[in-house]
Amino acid sequence: MPKLTVNGIEVEVEDGSTVLHACEEAGVEVPRFCYHDRLSIAGNCRMCLVDMERAPKPVASCAMPAGEGMVIRTDTDRVKKAREGVMEFLLINHPLDCPICDQGGECDLQDQAMGYGFDSSRYEENKRAVEDKHMGPLISTTMTRCIHCTRCVRFATEVAGVPELGAIGRGENMEITTYLEKTLASELSANVIDLCPVGALTSKPYAFTARPWELNKTESVDVMDAVGSNIRVDARGSQVMRVLPRLNEDVNEEWISDKTRYAIDGLRRQRLDRPFIRGRDGKLAPASWDEAFATIAAKLKKAKPNAVAAITGDQCDAESMFALKTLFDKLGSASIDCRQDGAKIGGVRAGYLFNSTIAGIDEADALLIIGSNPRIEAAVLNARIRRNWLATRMPVGIVGPEMDLTYDAEQLGDDAATLAAILDGKSKFAAKLKRAKKPMIIIGMGALARADGAAMLGQAREIAEAYGVVNGDWNGFNVLHTAAARVAGLDLGLTPGRGGLDVAAMYKAADAGKLDLVWLQAADEIDAARFEKTFTVYQGHHGDAGAHVADVILPGAAYTEKDGIYLNTEGRVQYAARAAFPPGEAREDWTIIRALAGHMGINLGFDSLAELREEMFELAPHFAEQDEVKAARWAKFGSKTKIASAPVATAHETFYMTCPVSRASETMGQCLMALQADAARDAAE
Amino acid sequence: MLKDEDRIFTNLYGWMDSGLKGAKARGDWDGTAKLIKLGHDEIVERVKASGLRGRGGAGFPTGLKWSFMPKEVGARPHYLVVNADESEPGTCKDRDIIRNEPHKLLEGCVLAGFAMRAHAAYIYIRGEFVNEARRLQAAIDEAYAAGLLGDNAAKSGWKFDIYLHRGAGAYICGEETALIESLEGKKGQPRLKPPFPAGAGLYGCPTTVNNVESIAVVPTILRRGADWFAGLGKDGNTGTKLFCISGHVNNPCNVEEEMGIPLRELIEKHAGGVRGGWDNLLAVIPGGSSTPLMPQAVCNTITMDFDALKEAGTGLGTAGVIVMDKSTDVVKAISRLSYFYKHESCGQCTPCREGTGWMWRMMERLVRGDAEIHEIDTLEQVTRQVEGHTICALGDAAAWPIQGLIKHFRPEIERRITAHRAAAAVEAAE
Amino acid sequence: MSIDARIADNQPDSFAFTRENEAEIKRIVAKYPKGRQASAVMPLLDLAQRQHDNWIPMKAIELIAKKLDMAEIRVLEVATFYTMFNLKPVGKYFLQACTTTPCWLRGSDNMMRCIKDRYGISSGETSECGRFTLLEVECLGACVNAPILQVNDDFYEDLDYASTGALLDSLEADEPLPVGSVTGRSGSESASGATSLAALKPAE
Repeated sequence: MPKLTVNGIEVEVEDGSTVLHACEEAGVEVPRFCYHDRLSIAGNCRMCLVDMERAPKPVASCAMPAGEGMVIRTDTDRVKKAREGVMEFLLINHPLDCPICDQGGECDLQDQAMGYGFDSSRYEENKRAVEDKHMGPLISTTMTRCIHCTRCVRFATEVAGVPELGAIGRGENMEITTYLEKTLASELSANVIDLCPVGALTSKPYAFTARPWELNKTESVDVMDAVGSNIRVDARGSQVMRVLPRLNEDVNEEWISDKTRYAIDGLRRQRLDRPFIRGRDGKLAPASWDEAFATIAAKLKKAKPNAVAAITGDQCDAESMFALKTLFDKLGSASIDCRQDGAKIGGVRAGYLFNSTIAGIDEADALLIIGSNPRIEAAVLNARIRRNWLATRMPVGIVGPEMDLTYDAEQLGDDAATLAAILDGKSKFAAKLKRAKKPMIIIGMGALARADGAAMLGQAREIAEAYGVVNGDWNGFNVLHTAAARVAGLDLGLTPGRGGLDVAAMYKAADAGKLDLVWLQAADEIDAARFEKTFTVYQGHHGDAGAHVADVILPGAAYTEKDGIYLNTEGRVQYAARAAFPPGEAREDWTIIRALAGHMGINLGFDSLAELREEMFELAPHFAEQDEVKAARWAKFGSKTKIASAPVATAHETFYMTCPVSRASETMGQCLMALQADAARDAAE
Repeated sequence: MLKDEDRIFTNLYGWMDSGLKGAKARGDWDGTAKLIKLGHDEIVERVKASGLRGRGGAGFPTGLKWSFMPKEVGARPHYLVVNADESEPGTCKDRDIIRNEPHKLLEGCVLAGFAMRAHAAYIYIRGEFVNEARRLQAAIDEAYAAGLLGDNAAKSGWKFDIYLHRGAGAYICGEETALIESLEGKKGQPRLKPPFPAGAGLYGCPTTVNNVESIAVVPTILRRGADWFAGLGKDGNTGTKLFCISGHVNNPCNVEEEMGIPLRELIEKHAGGVRGGWDNLLAVIPGGSSTPLMPQAVCNTITMDFDALKEAGTGLGTAGVIVMDKSTDVVKAISRLSYFYKHESCGQCTPCREGTGWMWRMMERLVRGDAEIHEIDTLEQVTRQVEGHTICALGDAAAWPIQGLIKHFRPEIERRITAHRAAAAVEAAE
Repeated sequence: MSIDARIADNQPDSFAFTRENEAEIKRIVAKYPKGRQASAVMPLLDLAQRQHDNWIPMKAIELIAKKLDMAEIRVLEVATFYTMFNLKPVGKYFLQACTTTPCWLRGSDNMMRCIKDRYGISSGETSECGRFTLLEVECLGACVNAPILQVNDDFYEDLDYASTGALLDSLEADEPLPVGSVTGRSGSESASGATSLAALKPAE
């Protein structure tokens, strides 16, 4: 722990810290462009120069290791001159196009020019012009603005693990580009937009739509996967204009996936903005809320309790699910299921949580992945695995199909025999697990959402127990969900009770004509056609699979349009906040349930969100602990039944279109097409 | 004047066989194994005692540099890297060593490599030296065949391998960390220091990068004794040195001379004097393009060594002496160097990437006089904004020639600006 | 020059190393420690260029990336950073004229003028006959033999207008002059005879 002084202030910093860190520790601000906490040190912008005693020239504080007894000054004339000089150099070839630049108002170069820039230019020569580069549907480039900090190159290479960006040429002709201007093939690509300190890389879908100062900024939580990335939703009026990452060291650090960022144009398309009722002619016709409720109430009153079923979707907030569950309890139906994919999980919490926590990935020293592709299913979490692998080269084994995870992973096989071989020590990966002090298993829906999922889960538990995946304080047994709603649903008991039907049983009952009503709460990842003959209520926000078979549609709110609680795959409790209002007559979802109950004279026990939450906290007290993860006690879970011979798959084939919102998103469609076009081009060669 | 018997590079001009037979006849590879018996540290001590300073430009004491290598070899092997990326305008001495005295370099590699506990050397030669690389590779092959390299190099019991690596056109690879990057298969962009190569260099291993001449003189120093070398030249500037005399002299040439030789003697004895006589001398760039020029007044008395030239506000650099007579458009001569630095900037750090282009463009206007008087000061300030603020010394190297020009030839620049303005006024009047 | 302008528009559909070069690649890669095969990228680019009429097609870059387990963009970075890699075709005689200050002081302008007078080409251009490409280059490191014209691999030194013409004549006839100084001096010795080591000079 070296001690040094910065401008006369004595500070002590961690070993391995830099002079820049020491300055920050001393509360001294140091301007920088190329330096970034989460990227390797480039030291190329030269903006962070400071004076160091006995050094003949100013030193780049970002790259200078802090040493015992160093005397640093940032307030000397020489430092001021050096920084002003660098600033002038950065500006001489930078275009004066701030008025038409999307970075305007949130540009590091603009901000720092206020502190270190001159009021006029001494540069009499022609400014450099650089041709723009194609980088796909998300990243808009204006390369003349580039200041060559190489943050984007380092991000792609180090964090995203797709070494496709580079700086070609040299000297003043150096240009940032992808190889032959291919689309950057990363699920995290658009983070380079946030990293770019100037307007060289800006958001293509957001281009020229808003200025930062016109936006209302709401801190919220993402639902595109079960990571629970912390986001900021920027809205103008009722329209969500953009989504940006919000720092949470334990979850997404400061990254978000491209889907998190860009599926939002799907919020404007195919929206259900008024109630509908299917008429005698088989067509959906607009209706009033009262008519819709009356239709449903009439059906419910005639129905047998357990023949009334509900399925909740992957992006439902806890409150909506709780309200629906409360209603179904009152109706006497135990046929409710939050596992629309049929995953065989529930009950023992340790059997459905990411027990190590996401940050725990940093500590793992061996990883076995079963039936999951974390790159597609949880891109930000995958970047954390990659970081660990980069630093430690920990062994990674996969039970499932071959995949490119951006790090070396050994495909061990994809069937029951592979799992058995690991358990009985015959697999060569077994020795690697054995050697590890903190081994980790990640099991995904590719293994769990199948008929023998319980056996898979049981087998995985046995492996965990055999190899010390659970030992002492360490619990490396991790279920990786794809559904943002799932853990809350399971914690709230949205699984069939005594005599109730699960999703598979609902299909069967529907096929047999024994299901009187099915309520789909934003559930679209189902085999909707099986409910064609059943009276179906669809409560949700998009005209997707569920709405197509609905007899009554109750327009709800998307995740940006309501306050709600989500538990991510770790079980971390996070509060989302409303950033915009739902369109037309659509309403926040818990109020829809409450209104229907009122219509039917049922008392749910709450009249406001606060009351609802109080009731919910009674049932699940940990939901009140914001940003906390309640650890689960280890116990027996899963079954010892036989595992079928079918190969283990993963939850999603591709990344971009996996939910009603992202399927409605033109941007996500373009991304998918660009990816397929590049793949086709590569295949043709 | 240095006596021939004190000259190390006796085949400097390629009059004799550069191959192993010829080299042995000149004394190379004579008792190499015995020298190795001195031990690692004794060799370092003797090179220190000789006073040898690095011949690549910076003049850092060679023995001292070697002593920075770890004394024990850990998990990471040690490497010697020879900088044969000779690209500094005005400099062409290593080329002669490589093509005419390759075995001095190879033997030097074995001795220096052994001293720093390395078992391998990479010689990084500039890409344009295609024929020189062929000659050197032939010498390496010959040395392997004769058992001078390999598992038991020169029967010394020390395993030593030498690999030749060709560059591909980048002055910046003469900077030692850029050279290492390039050798690792990357763009030649200098690294941030610390860490220094002796701690983490090639492939992250302890590495010393030395200039060709620094290494090639080592066998002779060890054979003839540190005292012999230290007895030549001046205190702190010992030994012999290869000088390259180019530009406006009657007979441009390379010559090995004693350190500290007066510039005038060097030019007149070896290069046939300044074209048109000494009085026709305008200025001299004494140590390759990076070193500031000296006007005639300084040239009259200056001696050619690190300390004297430093005192005169310039440097010995690589001892590439560029002579300019009074017919020279000195602004253009320096502007051409500014273009060189702009062309060779790696582009990594801001002051150099942006500054070299700006400086060159201003210089081009000053050549024509198409500028305002105050822009001379602007240019001077820009050079100060680059100097000392970059990752490597290329920024300094680009700044210094311009500073030298403004310091010594400001009136000439002002004259051009005034003349240009007058011409423009006449044109406007017509 | 912008990067796009440096890369040929017309690219071949494929590239493969010859059998001899494949063997050479094995020898080159063996120079570097295990796992450090990226060190071989410059030698391989050079090899590809020599095999492919003195320029490197993109297919070769992709092949080299594959062989050395590098990302394609990393190989392209290297290929565009170093000036000796040609990414578009050049003439049979690639004339690289040094015009940096030491050569310029010794009359590189005359050398350039001679080439221009003969073929009407400036730096970066190829003669109408397609056999000569001229490129102005930076210091070639032979300053005491200035000015220098590098023709493909070979340095021609001590050139003036007339001797440049004679050199071009010899190239046109595909009978190039002997490499080195066109004045016949040996290496970097003084043109007026040795001022040092004279006693060692072998009799002519």
